[in-house]
Amino acid sequence: MSVKVENLRIAYRTLAGDVGAVDDVTFAITDGEIMGLAGESGCGKSTLGNSLVFLDGRMKQLGGRVELDGTELPIADTRAMRPRRMKDISLIPQYAMSALNPTRKISKIVADLLRCHGVRYGQVLAELERRIALVGLDDDVLDRYSFELSGGMRQRVTLVLSTLLDPSLLIADEITSALDVSTQRAVGEMMMEFRARAFVKSMIVITHDLAILGQIADSILVMYAGRLAEKADADTIINSPLHPYTQMLLASLPEVGVRYEDAVLTGIPGRPPQLSNPPRGCRFRDRCPFAFDRCAEPPPFEEVRPGHHVACWKVAEQEAAA
Amino acid sequence: MSLLQIEQVSKLYPAGGLGSGMTPALRSVSFDIAAGEVVTLIGESGSGKTTLGRVVLRLTRASSGRVIFDGRDVSLLGRPQLREYYRHAQGVFQDPFSSYNPVYKADRVFELLRGVYFGGMPRSEWDAKIESALHGVSLNPSDVLDKYPHQLSGGQLQRLLIARALLLDVKLLIADEIISMLDASTRVDVLNLLVSLKRSGLAILFITHDLSLGNYISDRTVILRRGAIVEAGPTVAVFTRPQHSYTRMLLDSVPQLHSKWRPASRAAAADGNDPARVADVLATPGAARPVRRLAMPALAIPSRRGPALAPSASAPALVEHEPGHFVAEEA
Repeated sequence: MSVKVENLRIAYRTLAGDVGAVDDVTFAITDGEIMGLAGESGCGKSTLGNSLVFLDGRMKQLGGRVELDGTELPIADTRAMRPRRMKDISLIPQYAMSALNPTRKISKIVADLLRCHGVRYGQVLAELERRIALVGLDDDVLDRYSFELSGGMRQRVTLVLSTLLDPSLLIADEITSALDVSTQRAVGEMMMEFRARAFVKSMIVITHDLAILGQIADSILVMYAGRLAEKADADTIINSPLHPYTQMLLASLPEVGVRYEDAVLTGIPGRPPQLSNPPRGCRFRDRCPFAFDRCAEPPPFEEVRPGHHVACWKVAEQEAAA
Repeated sequence: MSLLQIEQVSKLYPAGGLGSGMTPALRSVSFDIAAGEVVTLIGESGSGKTTLGRVVLRLTRASSGRVIFDGRDVSLLGRPQLREYYRHAQGVFQDPFSSYNPVYKADRVFELLRGVYFGGMPRSEWDAKIESALHGVSLNPSDVLDKYPHQLSGGQLQRLLIARALLLDVKLLIADEIISMLDASTRVDVLNLLVSLKRSGLAILFITHDLSLGNYISDRTVILRRGAIVEAGPTVAVFTRPQHSYTRMLLDSVPQLHSKWRPASRAAAADGNDPARVADVLATPGAARPVRRLAMPALAIPSRRGPALAPSASAPALVEHEPGHFVAEEA
């Protein structure tokens, strides 16, 4: 087991009290697995990703634990986390394009990062150049400033930087969302390539784009309003989702070849609930066409079929009857 | 006659910081849009699609060529006529949050419009007009009026901007990446709204880099690459019978839900690191990891940069492949 997250709860401190953004999240990722993490904006997916690497001042851990390669990851202790970041666990943040310091050359940024981990720049330069070439960039990007690079180039540079010390887990937060389809594909394939070459053991790919996850992920975890909604392998989520939320999310995606004359796509009415005062029971209840009285209680996240976990009373009932 | 005609529009921008040369952002682009028609303009970043939208709205001027709206050359309009032009042609842009001043309430965008165009209208009539425009974009007035931008979702803000355009007697809407920043679930509502507006006679220039969105909504598609049209025609023809290699490459890159990316000429396959095989190896517990010290050729990454274009670089000639379906000649 490479990564194990158990009952993790993360809240944001606000003037009006704590707002639970990640509520009782449990999952595991095996070595070599790419797990997709999907959901609408505000469902807690970025908070979950960030909390595993850097719990900033606004966030606090209310409970649960995280295990990486058999040892506990002290996510609430930022000092203890420092040596483990980049070495064991790495994050490509959302807006990674602006993550590079514009006043320093790329080579200088890399050298600084490495020094924090007691690694000399010269030691890894050969490997760095090899990987820069692997993602299709020229060596001279190291001598450039970030503003001299295009969005796609910067995205590739951050991918190489964050995986330079071969971390066990890479968390990639919306790294393809701002890219053109062709660059999106290139970055997606690069991530698979990095996994194949064991530059990283496992990955969490956070995105709202299920179509991308269908291409690169082995398993998909769908979150809604801070809680887990559904988890299964990628093909199952894409082809036979059980949770009404996943089904509606997929139905709202246009595919090439679908036109409004043939099939009118439907969105999901309403918006995710405010987490400062979350509704009792199932949080998707207000937007769910199948909601019934039992949904007033929170549904457990249960394995309804082998390897397929769903938090929905309706699905649990159906599967029990089947 | 078409509502909007774009004739041989070219635009040169100074290249580099010191203005040592000129770079063409648009090269002899021509097409037209009729009332009630949606034309999708597809291109990657840097293809000039946003520049074209800005030229049409006269936010920037073309270096050569003409934009004709309702029989009049847009670049020749004087101030009063320009105000009249904006009554009929409006734009909505990518980031809804940056279109609002966070200090003021979101509905201030309506007030600003009233000051310019509807100074004489009585309050009650104006409020009724806003209400009907909001219903037109399926917003509930009580949900969105008297709120600050941060209290509204991206989809709501974007629909407010469309409602703002509808308050005017708008005939042409330039929609520049208006749904790229929205969640899939709200995206569809905005798309379907555009479809219903089109049915009521609005002409829409839908600018996007997302091919599936373009395909869903448009009647005709224009594909732009490095400032020039590479393929243009009825959407169904362009998407089902793409002729230009660039169009095919774009279509192949779109992530499809129910089929995997077709392996392109991947360097990985050539160096014996077939992705399928690698996945098998990884799935077998205890199996040896793929050898890492291989000579690694770069992954095939489409380069949109290529050699710099000369300012005089002409657009490739378009050939009519089938009625209405034009394809650029490939070198």
